[in-house]
Amino acid sequence: MTIESGEILGLLGENGAGKTTLMNILYGLYSADEGEIVIDGQVRHFADPGDAIDAGIGMVHQHFMLVPVFSVTENVVLGVEPTKQPVGTIDMKEARREVEEISRQYGLLVDPEAIAEDLPVGLQQRVEIIKVLFRDAEIIVFDEPTAVLTPQEVVEFFKIVNGLKESGKGIIFITHKLGEVLDVADRIAVLRRGKVVGEADPKTATKEELAELMVGRPVDLVVDKATAQPGEVVLSVRELLVRDERQHTAVDHVSFEVRSGEIVGIAGVQGNGQTELVEALTGFVDPLGGHVELNGVDVTLATPRAMHEASVAHIPEDRQVMGLILAFDVAENLVLDSYYAEPYSHGVRMDWDYAHRHADELIEQYDIRTPSSRTNVGNLSGGNQQKLIVAREFARETKLIIASQPTRGIDVGSIEYIHGRIVEERDDGAAVLIVSSELDEILALADRILVMYRGKIVAEVPGHEATPSQLGLYMAGSVA
Amino acid sequence: MTQEAPPPPEETQDERPAWLERIAPSNVDWTTLVVIPLLAVFSALVIGAVIIVLTDGFGAVLPAYSALFRGAFVGWNSISETLLVATPLILAGLSVAVGFQAGLFNIGAEGQMTIGGLTAVIVGFSFEGLPWLVHLPLAVFAGFLGGALWGFIPGVLRAKTGAHEVITTIMLNFIAFRTLDYMLKLPFIQKEGRFDPVSEDVLASARFPRILDWLPVENASRLRLHLGFLVALAVAWLIYWLLYRSTIGFQFRSVGANPSAARYGGIGVATVIIAVMTLAGGLSGMAGANETLGVVGRGVPGFTAQIGFDAIALALLGRSHPGGVVLSAILFGALRAGGRAMQAQSDVGIDLIVVIQALIIVFIAAPELIKAIYRVEGGEKQGQVTRGWST
Repeated sequence: MTIESGEILGLLGENGAGKTTLMNILYGLYSADEGEIVIDGQVRHFADPGDAIDAGIGMVHQHFMLVPVFSVTENVVLGVEPTKQPVGTIDMKEARREVEEISRQYGLLVDPEAIAEDLPVGLQQRVEIIKVLFRDAEIIVFDEPTAVLTPQEVVEFFKIVNGLKESGKGIIFITHKLGEVLDVADRIAVLRRGKVVGEADPKTATKEELAELMVGRPVDLVVDKATAQPGEVVLSVRELLVRDERQHTAVDHVSFEVRSGEIVGIAGVQGNGQTELVEALTGFVDPLGGHVELNGVDVTLATPRAMHEASVAHIPEDRQVMGLILAFDVAENLVLDSYYAEPYSHGVRMDWDYAHRHADELIEQYDIRTPSSRTNVGNLSGGNQQKLIVAREFARETKLIIASQPTRGIDVGSIEYIHGRIVEERDDGAAVLIVSSELDEILALADRILVMYRGKIVAEVPGHEATPSQLGLYMAGSVA
Repeated sequence: MTQEAPPPPEETQDERPAWLERIAPSNVDWTTLVVIPLLAVFSALVIGAVIIVLTDGFGAVLPAYSALFRGAFVGWNSISETLLVATPLILAGLSVAVGFQAGLFNIGAEGQMTIGGLTAVIVGFSFEGLPWLVHLPLAVFAGFLGGALWGFIPGVLRAKTGAHEVITTIMLNFIAFRTLDYMLKLPFIQKEGRFDPVSEDVLASARFPRILDWLPVENASRLRLHLGFLVALAVAWLIYWLLYRSTIGFQFRSVGANPSAARYGGIGVATVIIAVMTLAGGLSGMAGANETLGVVGRGVPGFTAQIGFDAIALALLGRSHPGGVVLSAILFGALRAGGRAMQAQSDVGIDLIVVIQALIIVFIAAPELIKAIYRVEGGEKQGQVTRGWST
C-alpha cells in the first residue's frame, strides 16, 4: 500500500478488517511481525508513537485525546512546549502565536484561548488537526473522523481535508462509510480480513461495488420492507423531563407515541439527550417529570425488571458496557435478564443444562457464530455479540422494542441480518423505537422519524419523505 | 481477489463428555487459573532458596526445605497440623473470595473474625447443660452472626453512600480489635480470678471435637485436627454451589463482572453488595469461631493471628474459586506447619515463610512476569483482580 503527498487515500473496511491495527502499527503503537514501512525511500521502524511523529506521521483518533480543562493552545503544545531560556519555562505567547499561524494557514479557525471541553465536537476535531500540524506531520491519518459530526460538519471537515491535501500533505482517511470515501478520496483501498483486497477509483466505482469488495459477497444495501400498518398506541411519552448525572436537563419535555406495527426512528447527533431518553424509558433512571405509558399502564417509575416483564425488549446503546458480561459465556449472557424465572431456574437453583440447551437453539436460530454456548462472549466478534443480544431480547414475546444504536460498529452482514429481524418484529405487531446517530440506519428502517436536538424533539418527518440533507439541518438545530 | 471466507469453527462441544465439561469447563482460561498460580508458588520457593543460600550458605537449602516438607506432609502429626492451620484459612479465604466474585475487596476479614470469634465464645461459655449437637452449632452460628454484622456495616455504607469498602473494612478492623480488648475485661466475660483480658473457657459442649484421635498410631491424642476442618470443606462446597449453581451466585458474579449489565438484567446492585458483604463477614466470623471454639478454647487478644490478612493472599492465589481457596489454604497451612518444623530442625527461621507467601502474591499480581520467565502463552493480559477505587 502506498500513499503520496498531496493525495487522499480512502481506507475502507469493515470493523475487524484490520484498519485500526494497520494504522496503530504505522503510528508505532504496535509493532509489525513482518514487512516494512518506507517513508521517502527510507525504511523506518517505529518503537513508539514518538518515532512515528518524528517521521512526520500524525494521527487524529476516533476518540479525541484532549485534556478537557486545558485551553486550545495548551492542548496543542502539550508534550512539545516551546520554552523560554534560561530556566525552560513554557513560552505561552510563542505557543499561542504558532497556533494562530497554523490556524490561519490551513483555515482551521478556532479561538486559541477557548477551553477544550466548551468547544463543539467539530471544533475539537480541528484542535486535534492543529495538534498534528504543530508536530510537522506530512502524513495525517484520520480514524473514522466523521462518526461524531453532523452532516453539515462533515461538509466543513471535507473542505479542511481538501485544503490539507492542496498544501501537500498525504492523507489517509479510514472509514466504513461508503459515500464518504467516494466523495473525498482520490484513491480507495479496501481491506478485508487483514488484506488489501482491491483498489478502486472513486470516479468510476459505485457503492455496491465497494460494499461487495468490503464484505466479499453482494450486499443488499436497502432494507426490504412493506408499508407499515400502525395499530394501537403501545408507548406513549408525555412531557418527559430527565436530568443527567450532572443535573443538566438532558430530555426537555419530550412527548411522542409509538404504535404497534411501526418503527419510529429518533435521529440526532450523539449527546443530544437520546441516551437519557432511552435510560428513562427502560427504567434505568427515574424521570423528574412527565409520564410514560405502556399499553395504557403507567410505567414512568418502573424498574428495568418491570419493563422486561412487561415484554419490552431493550437493545442497549453500548453492548460491551451494558448489554453483555464479556467474562461470562454465551449461555449465561442469554439468560442475563430472565435467569430468575422458570424454566431457567427453579427456586434459587439455576438450571444450567436447560440454559445451555436454550442457548444452542438460539445460536442456531439467530446465526450466532460461536464455537459453543460455553465460549466467553468477549471472544466473539462485535456482530455476533450484537446478534446474541438481539436473540436474547427477541426470542420471547415482544410488545415494544427499544433499540439504541443497534448496529454500531458491526459488520455489514450482521447489520443486514439485524435490520431484517427488526422489520420482522414490526410486521409481527411489535412497536419499535430505534435511536441511532447513523442517518443511513434511520432512513433505512424508520416509518416515522423524530429528530432530537438539545433534549427536545425538533421535527417529525414521515420515513419515506425524509432526505439526509433535510434531517441534517434539523440535527444541527436549524428549526424549519 | 475474492477469497472464500474460511468456514466457521466446527462445533467442538459434543466431543467432550458432560462429566469432563462439568469438572473442567472448556471455556476456562487455564493459563490464568492454574498454570500461573503453580508457577508463582514454584518461583517463590526458588527465590526462598536463594535467600537461604545468601544467609546460611548452599548447604542449608536442602535440610531446610526437607524439614519444611516433612513438617507439612510426612506423618499423621504433620498432616493434622497442616489441615488444622488450613481450616480458618479456608473460611476466611472464602470470605475474601466471595467479595472478589462480586467486585468487592474485603480487607476486613481479620476484624470480622475477631467479632465472630468473640460472639462464639460468649455463646460457648454461657449456656450450660446443652447437648453438644445443639450447643456447638449454636456457638458457630453466633460466630457467623457476629462476623456478618461486621460485614453488613461496610456493605450498607458502600451501597447507600458509596464509601469504599477498602477504607471502611480497614477501619472496622481497628474498631474490632479494640472492642475485643474491651469486652474481654467486662465482668461477665472475663475469666474469674484473672486481671488480664482473657475470657471464660468455652464449655466442652461447644468445642469442636477432634477427629483423628481414634487413629491406631502413637500419640494419637496429640493430633489436634478437629471437626471444624470438615465444616470448612462443607462450607466451601456450599459457597461453590451458591456461586455457580444458584441464581443468587449468578447475581453476585454479574455485579462483580459488570454492574451496568447486572442492572440491565434487573439485578439490584445495592442489595447484592449488602448481601455479599454480610455473607463475607459471616464466613470470616465462622473462621473466628473456628479459632476460639476449636483451637484456643477461649477469647484472648489477637487470637486471629493475621489469618484474615493471609486470607486475602490465598484468595488471590486461589483465583477466588472455592476449590482454589481450599487448595491454597492447604498450601498456606503446609507452609506454616512445615515452617515451624523447619525453624526447629534447621537454622532457617519461620520468617522465610512470610517472605515466600509474599513472593507468591507478587508473582500472582504480575502474571506477565511469570509468562516472560517461563515463556507461557495466553492468559489474561492484566493481573488485576478487583475493580479500581472509582465506582
